[in-house]
Formats: sequence, C-alpha cells, structure tokens
Amino acid sequence: MGKIVELIKRGEILVSDGAWGTFLQQMGLQPGECPEEWNSKYPEKVLEIAQSYIDAGSDLIETNSFGGTRFKLEKYGLGDKVFELNKAAAEISRKAAGDKFVLGSVGPTGKILMMGDVTEEELYDAFKEQAKGLEAGGADAIMIETMTDLDEARLAIRAAKENTKMEVFCTMTFEKTVDGTFRSMMGVSPTDMVTTIIDAGAELIGANCGNGIANMIGIVEEIRRINKDIPVLVHANAGMPVYKDGETVFPESPEEMAMLIPKIISAGANMIGGCCGTTPEHIQKVREIVDGK
Amino acid sequence: MSDLLTKISDCIEFGKINKAAPYPPQMKDMDGTDELTRQALDSGISAQKILSEGLMPGMEKVGVKFRENKVFVPQVLMSAKAMSTALLHLKPYFLTGEVKQKGTLIIGTVEGDLHDIGKNLVSMMVEGNGWKVVDLGTDVSADKFVEALRENENAIVGLSALLTTTMVSMERITKAIKEAMPFAKIAVGGAPVNDDFRQRIGADAYSPDPQGLVEYLNSLVA
Repeated sequence: MGKIVELIKRGEILVSDGAWGTFLQQMGLQPGECPEEWNSKYPEKVLEIAQSYIDAGSDLIETNSFGGTRFKLEKYGLGDKVFELNKAAAEISRKAAGDKFVLGSVGPTGKILMMGDVTEEELYDAFKEQAKGLEAGGADAIMIETMTDLDEARLAIRAAKENTKMEVFCTMTFEKTVDGTFRSMMGVSPTDMVTTIIDAGAELIGANCGNGIANMIGIVEEIRRINKDIPVLVHANAGMPVYKDGETVFPESPEEMAMLIPKIISAGANMIGGCCGTTPEHIQKVREIVDGK
Repeated sequence: MSDLLTKISDCIEFGKINKAAPYPPQMKDMDGTDELTRQALDSGISAQKILSEGLMPGMEKVGVKFRENKVFVPQVLMSAKAMSTALLHLKPYFLTGEVKQKGTLIIGTVEGDLHDIGKNLVSMMVEGNGWKVVDLGTDVSADKFVEALRENENAIVGLSALLTTTMVSMERITKAIKEAMPFAKIAVGGAPVNDDFRQRIGADAYSPDPQGLVEYLNSLVA
C-alpha cells in the first residue's frame, strides 16, 4: 500500500490543492501559450503557485503538467520535451512540498480512440513517457484527471502502474444530464467508472472539474453505492464561469465551497481539493473545515 | 425505393457504416450506409433525394437524441462516420452541382484555443444536415475568418471555444468580423459560452448543442 492511501486507510481526510490552469492565467499565461513550458521558462512563477497551496495547508499538491503528453505538447512544437518538462514540473512542486506529497498531473490527450485518431499503443506510450518524467522529478503519485473516456483512463492508469513505482490515482469529469444522472462527455457514469478503473490499477478514484461542488455530493454517493472501500477524491470547480468585462470569473466563494465540505465528507470522500477557479483561499477554508475549526 | 432511404436514415441514426462494421451490435451483418447509398444511386434515386430524405433525417434524429442526453459523443461520432461514408458516394454530385447544399458554414476554434473535439462534432452534424462546411481548424485568427468570409460570400461563421480564457478571443474575433463585414452572421458555442455572453459580444446565435446550431442555420435559409 502506498503512503497516501495508507493515511486514508487510517481514517485521515486529506486536503489537496486548488486550480493551476486558472492560476497560471492570472500570473500572465496568455491564451495560446503552452502552460507546461513555464516549467522551464518561469520556474519561479510555477513554484509560487505550488508554494501558495502548501502555505494554505495542502497535504498534497499537483504539478504543472496537465497537458504534458506528447499529443498536447506537439501542438506547441514541444513534442520532444515531454520528459524534461514533466520532470521539471515535479521538481518544482517537490521543492515547495517538503514533506507533503506531490501528485503528478496527467490530463487527457484530446485524441479519440474510437475515431481512429490514435491506437491504444500510442496512447499507452505517451502516458508512460509522461509518467516516467514525473517520477524522475520526484512525484509521489500520478493524478490522472479530467478523463471522459474509460479506455483512455484505463490506458493511462496501466501505463503509470506498469512503468513507475508511484501510487496511481484517477478522476473523471461528470456533468448532470437532463434526467438528473451524471455522465461524462463520452457517456460514462460514475458507476461505469468504478470497476473499470479499479481493475486497471487505480488506488484512489473520484471526480474533478464539472459544474461546482454541489454536484460532487451526488457523484460521491453514486461511487460509494458500488464500492465502500476505495479511497475517493473530489476536485471541484468554483462553479460555472461567468463572463464579466472581458474576464471570466468563477462564482463560488471559499465560504460557499467550505459550507459543502461536511456533506462531501459524509457522502464518503477521503481527499478534497479544488479545480478550475479555486484559489489558496478556497483551500485554506477547506483545511479549516477538515481540521474542525 | 423509399425503403432504402429509411434504411439509410436508420444507419445514420445508429452509426452503421458498412456490412463488416461490428457497431452497433443490433445491426450486425446488415448493410451499412456504404452499401445502401450505392444501392440507392444504382436504383436511380437522385443524390439530392438521398441527402435530404436519407442522411438528413438520420442526422436530425441523432442531433435531437444528443441534445436530450439519450446518446453521448461516441454514438454521435459513429453516426458521423456513417454519414461521411455515405457522402463519399454523393461527392461527385456535389461537384457537378447536381446536389445543392443549403449554404456554407465557416467554422473554427478561436485564436489561442487548440481544442477541436466540439468543433469537429458540430462540423459533422452541420455537414450531415446538407450544409457545406469550411473548417479553418483551431487557433484561428480574426483575419483568417474574414478572409474565408470574403472567399465564401453569404457564409455563416461558427466560433468555438473550450477555455474560459479564450472567450476573450471570441469577443475580439466577433467584433473584428462585424467591423469588416457588418452583415455577417456569427454563431458561438463551447463549454464556457452561454446566451448572455453571446449577447454581450454581439454575436447572432448561441446553442448549447450542435442540433440547435443546425436549426438556426436552417432558419436562415428557410
């Protein structure tokens, strides 16, 4: 059993971090600029993000590597920099984390298997390459996230599991459909997800992104109806973005997010953090609630 | 004869490409759009009729089911594949002008945004509903949209964005197009976009799903 899962099995509720993408944008990342390139171009700025979450009380922080597969980096002409940019991403977070944990972020490739965009082998190799970079930089676990397709999730998990010594976690992104059930863009329900990704080797599962933290309660309940034991993680957005005067704003305040944390925990979540639009202030509030302050 | 068109429509709706295709399981060993479109042409049905009474009704059914969350992206992609297979047989008739398309949609993901799944999905559904689609790809600048509009008079423009940050780019592009071509019609879509945003930036239409765009486009030529 890995160190992170062991803490959860002992009954701890862990607090992870908030948004990276929207944080980078605030720090000046331009549309069309490669976020992962900042790991080599402006490591001090990336470190500032990592540090701000550690200071806010995160037990685990992610890495600036969400789009770090060759399929995404290729679009910026950085397809040959996969290993080094991911390694740098993990090193930066490691430096901030000290004795806290580093979760190496892995996002979807944007390629669709069933359309013949890529083969299973190509996906597997791309995830393997990224995971090895993150491990070399000192990540404790691989955080595969924002997945919508079960096959892509399964391949990413297997690639990390079979080629690194890290713990492997996976979350998918669900939205509420018109009939009130939860489905990913590719039609996968939380129920469909549980067995497949645990079989593939995920040691902690859950949901991230989506339309705010309220929906997450229903998603965690659905996961728990099928599996009582698997550690569950929630990384919620701060609501749906609202456009104001040339800027997008995420509407959920740290207080609103914090208010729902007890419900998320009683639904069965073991690790809680934020996704798009959440800030160190959100995480600080979550920390206070988890610590019972 | 009309039986063939119904079968083509069903194949589009359920994503049956050809006889050998394993998907969907309930249509195993049956002819797909590949065989049926050929048969329809051979039996003398006009390409125009195949498009409007075979392909379009099938695409419309998928579009409506997608909007109602009865099917998801994979099913729509299979339908789109079945449709593009049928279109290959009809292509010569498009080129000779024997089949008339309803109009042209110029589509692209806005500058700064490299996501294309949503844009591709919309392109395929619009094409399957009898429109010509000019796909400019991703990371498309205002200049490129204007240039494409000059080359395709009366075309309608579709702007796609996935990221909240590129909504800004959507606003800039909409304004630039309207300035260069005040009568151009612009439709916007993508995960962070809504009708309120559409109004603020001065675009003409928003739809949360591809079928809504198809309906908007059809309303312009009705």
